[in-house]
Amino acid sequence: MSAITRDEVAHLARLSRLALSDEELDHFAAQLDVIIGAVARVAEVAADDIPPSSHALPLTNVYRPDEVRPGLTPEAALSGAPAVEENRFRVPRILGEEA
Amino acid sequence: MPYDEALERFEPVLGLETHVELGTASKMFCACPTTFGAPPNTHVCPVCLALPGALPTANATAIESTIRIGLALNCSIAEWCRFARKNYFYPDMPKNYQISQYDEPLCFDGYLDVEVDGRTVRIEIERVHLEEDTGKSTHMGGATGRIHGADYSIVDYNRAGIPLVEIVTKPIPGTDRLAPEVARAYVTELREVMRSLGVSDVRMEEGSMRCDVNVSLMPRGASEWGTRTETKNVNSLRSVERSVRSEIERQAGILAAGGRIVQETRHFHEDTGTTTSGRSKEEAQDYRYFPEPDLVPIAPDFAWVAALKTALPELPRLKRKRLQQEWGVSGLDMEAMHNADAIDLVEATVSAGAPPADARKWWMGELARRANEAGVPLSALRITPDEIARVCAMVAGGALNDKLARQVLEGVLNGEGSPDDVVAARGLQIVNDEGELSAIIDQVLADNADAADKVRSGKIAAVGALVGGVMKASRGKADAGRARELILDKLGVSG
Repeated sequence: MSAITRDEVAHLARLSRLALSDEELDHFAAQLDVIIGAVARVAEVAADDIPPSSHALPLTNVYRPDEVRPGLTPEAALSGAPAVEENRFRVPRILGEEA
Repeated sequence: MPYDEALERFEPVLGLETHVELGTASKMFCACPTTFGAPPNTHVCPVCLALPGALPTANATAIESTIRIGLALNCSIAEWCRFARKNYFYPDMPKNYQISQYDEPLCFDGYLDVEVDGRTVRIEIERVHLEEDTGKSTHMGGATGRIHGADYSIVDYNRAGIPLVEIVTKPIPGTDRLAPEVARAYVTELREVMRSLGVSDVRMEEGSMRCDVNVSLMPRGASEWGTRTETKNVNSLRSVERSVRSEIERQAGILAAGGRIVQETRHFHEDTGTTTSGRSKEEAQDYRYFPEPDLVPIAPDFAWVAALKTALPELPRLKRKRLQQEWGVSGLDMEAMHNADAIDLVEATVSAGAPPADARKWWMGELARRANEAGVPLSALRITPDEIARVCAMVAGGALNDKLARQVLEGVLNGEGSPDDVVAARGLQIVNDEGELSAIIDQVLADNADAADKVRSGKIAAVGALVGGVMKASRGKADAGRARELILDKLGVSG
């Protein structure tokens, strides 16, 4: 049985606003299935004495002090933007969602 | 359906989600400044713009402030918790996800007591968690400036990444017809808790405190709650109250006509006081939360949390109880001062030496009237508690009466300087010179021979007209009590 269905891949593509053709869906569903299968192998070696982990480092409480440091100028910040208007990032029309 | 009728047939259940921008100097996960109103995209860096390779680091003060908020709201503090990614496709976050918390909030299971109509209502808090604010989109083209019909949008990321605390209540049943007032009282109290902690400037008009209001209705006697709606855009205390009322009326109308409530996001409009439909939640959001791999878990040290708890300031409700006792005023008087945002001002005036009754009289009387006329909060008046205390002292010392004191306050509010400056410039001292007062009385007696004769013949009550004449002739500067004594002396009768 596959770890991820073609329908689930189609759902993810829709959430990511990716227009995938039927051929692409077949292609990516199979690839993702292999990836998830590989990751799932971790579960095979997880013993009861190994707690689940969400991070590679055994650290907690890594903070920085609340101090301001200079960031980017607006020119630098906007230099990679495909389109700029009034010193803001200009983005295509957003449909079907409300902020 | 009219509100009263709606409440006869249905019971409301409330829920409130409040977002508070923390007043830290820097953003949640980077060192960009957080000041309001800067030119677009001047408070940005590779982290909050999500440039490749940039990594977040949590702001220590934001963590501490969130724990203090949780403690002030009687919450348990997580011994261990994580940030989570909330994935969604929208350009207000350049990462395409927001760093938030999901099933492991930093604080949980608390409560906040609020006073409504003289009784205490306990609002249960489900969770307090920490996340980052989003950027600000402006929708261009189209007729309405709204997203529907817009041709494109432009985005400013100055706000993206400012620490944002979300405070979520449990469902609040049993408020009955006071639901709008309870909602408002809760948000008001929450705002004061934030102020007393000094963690946020909580300015609803600038968006540093924002409220989403959930309302559902069930028929009277039912045990199962109805479908709820979530109203966003509720950006003033008054709007919190109005939006609950309007949504109760709207839902009651639909239910009474046999319709059904759609679970959806609605938008509140300040101008009409009503809500309109936004995004339908029927198609459930799929945020694909997962633990944020770029940040390590939070595990607050037990002793540190205990120390933060010990160091909490006196919370607003307890402070009001204490002041009520110290000032000797009724609960309703206290509620009135609270609603007028006058408590801190009265307290400061008392600290500056004024008797509590006098301080309250001026702030809740003359000054409240003037603030109301100008349409500004009391705190925006150009007069300080020290100045009010000085005026109180002059009245107590006999240099001013209440009428003159009002003129002094007017002068201070007009920017004519300190109370002493206004008294000197306008010549507002009470006439204490017996010779001058005596001369004024002689003139008044001569001008009002009829009244004088009545008093001579024993109709003491007629003296009021003569005292009034003296006050008028002295333009309010005479000491009425002393004038009465002198008049009676001169007319040879004893008061």
